[in-house]
Amino acid sequence: MADPMRIRATSKDGLTNVKVLMSHEMETGQRKDGSGKIVPAHFIQNVTATYNGKTVLSAQWGPAVSKNPFLEFNFKGGQKGDKIQVTWTDNKGEKRTDEAAIS
Amino acid sequence: MKNQLQRAVGGVLAACAALATFSTGVTAQSAVDEIAKYRQQLQDGNPADLWEARGEGLWKQKRGPKGVSFERCDLGKGPGVVKGAYAEMPRYFADADRVMDLETRLVHCMVTQQGFTQADATKRPFGAGSDRSDIEALTAYFTAESKGVHMNVALNHAKEKEAYRLGEKMFFFRGGSHDFACATCHGETGKRIRLQDLPNLTDKAGAQTAYTTWPAYRVSQGELRTFQWRLNDCFRQQRFPELGFTSEASIALTTFLARNANGAAFNAPAIKR
Repeated sequence: MADPMRIRATSKDGLTNVKVLMSHEMETGQRKDGSGKIVPAHFIQNVTATYNGKTVLSAQWGPAVSKNPFLEFNFKGGQKGDKIQVTWTDNKGEKRTDEAAIS
Repeated sequence: MKNQLQRAVGGVLAACAALATFSTGVTAQSAVDEIAKYRQQLQDGNPADLWEARGEGLWKQKRGPKGVSFERCDLGKGPGVVKGAYAEMPRYFADADRVMDLETRLVHCMVTQQGFTQADATKRPFGAGSDRSDIEALTAYFTAESKGVHMNVALNHAKEKEAYRLGEKMFFFRGGSHDFACATCHGETGKRIRLQDLPNLTDKAGAQTAYTTWPAYRVSQGELRTFQWRLNDCFRQQRFPELGFTSEASIALTTFLARNANGAAFNAPAIKR
């Protein structure tokens, strides 16, 4: 099981700013290990953020994204105390969902 | 005619030289600025947070054969007290009758309280990819609890003073196949390795900035690195014999460098390139 994400969300003047830090290896599949064998690709492919059941961000990622990725975005609306939910799915089908309250 | 030509050529060459000096100066300066800007941008999403979160979990978890958490571990400010404790380390611990830095003390608690063997406790001091190090995570959590606290390594005990003296001696001691000392790279202001600026650790401000920004998340390695790792890798770069994890030598050097940073606000886990 992957480590939890760190999500921070703040709302100001009708705009909510969300910062997400994900724990993931993000292997490109192009690197070789000490014995010369290719390290299999393992990276996040889909990221979605939902607020009150409505998708506010949907992204398709590839192997070019760094290890332990950091994502920051804004969306209109969002009430303090409400929850924002972020989900990622990687190319091995692993999945992780975390949520945080907007402050 | 010949003279005129020579003068003209000379003039052009001089102009080229001036231009060349000017442009390298600009490049070096802007590269340093760009690196500073890059660090600034990363500051907000420092993945060290992930290590801190894991470390906090490990801290509170009942671990080892005896099933004891770190909440009974005394790191200098009483059992389980984490706030501000790192700013006073390394320090003398009466129960072990020696000076210990943070990592050494964590290992000590893992052995004496949690029931791990010394070999198990020090099995993985530095993580690599999926082989994660619990010590690095615990260090991240523990040091983050001292963020903003001013460094205050007191050197009250005779053994603390002795460690400082030994560390100072090691810092200036030249040896190894390259006849290197720590001071070779860290004894002058404005030195660098490729584009990486090296802190001058004999200078108060340099020593403070350097010490208070470790542990750090190294972007190039994708790992959180502790101060023990920093010293270990410096030894490797100097072609010295491997610095033993939690060895007396490593604690002495840490004591020397920590004490020299006294007065500065602790600001780690940081993020470095």
